[in-house]
Amino acid sequence: MMSKIVRTMASFLILFVLIYGLYIIMHGHSTPGGGFQGGAVVASGVALLIVAFGSHSIHRSLLERRLSILISIGLLIFIGLAFGGMAKTFFYNFLVGSPIFGHIPPSGPNPGEMSSGGVIPIMDIGVGLNVAGGLSAILLVMALATTVMEVEE
Amino acid sequence: MRKIAIAVSLSIFIGFLIATAFLIHPFGYPPSEMDDYIIENTQSETGANNAVTAVIFDYRGFDTLGEATILFTAVTGVVMLFRAKKKREK
Repeated sequence: MMSKIVRTMASFLILFVLIYGLYIIMHGHSTPGGGFQGGAVVASGVALLIVAFGSHSIHRSLLERRLSILISIGLLIFIGLAFGGMAKTFFYNFLVGSPIFGHIPPSGPNPGEMSSGGVIPIMDIGVGLNVAGGLSAILLVMALATTVMEVEE
Repeated sequence: MRKIAIAVSLSIFIGFLIATAFLIHPFGYPPSEMDDYIIENTQSETGANNAVTAVIFDYRGFDTLGEATILFTAVTGVVMLFRAKKKREK
């Protein structure tokens, strides 16, 4: 638990950190970034909250059991989409040309758009959930363990 | 004896590094045509503007599946380890 200034600024900044992470996850197919990078940004926001508020007060609302549900949902989305292209091959991009995320951009430099990329944006969301939940769970559990040790000493 | 072994293995390693640095192909001239294929066909085949993400999630999706599984296993191990420690100390 840090001072009141740090807590106020953290609860203000966490909004921007989370929005930036979600932006990187959602625009992985048209701008630099992707699921892994955006998930790491979201997990760094959780790290900011843990530093500012202390791990016990964060653990009251963010249980690692719920984070493990996030991890499993992310992996299931990823593997399910990989099996979805099984009509041709494993990991075939079967959504290109379909109404969902199926627009094919003109080749060469172009401004890019949201509804392109086939299965790639949805896989980005899955991997982003996986990485954000996983790194947050590691941070939370390790911070809890260190505070338990400090109390023991 | 130990210092001699360290010196010999280090000199062999550095020799290999220097030899590789001279034998490597020149910068900007890759040994295969795979990157030209990816740069030209990414947008028409996958519909994604970002070729790096297209390679990660489409052309080499199997590699990303392995990475996600590794992360899942690591998280499972860490949570298991620290949770057991917490309960024992209570």
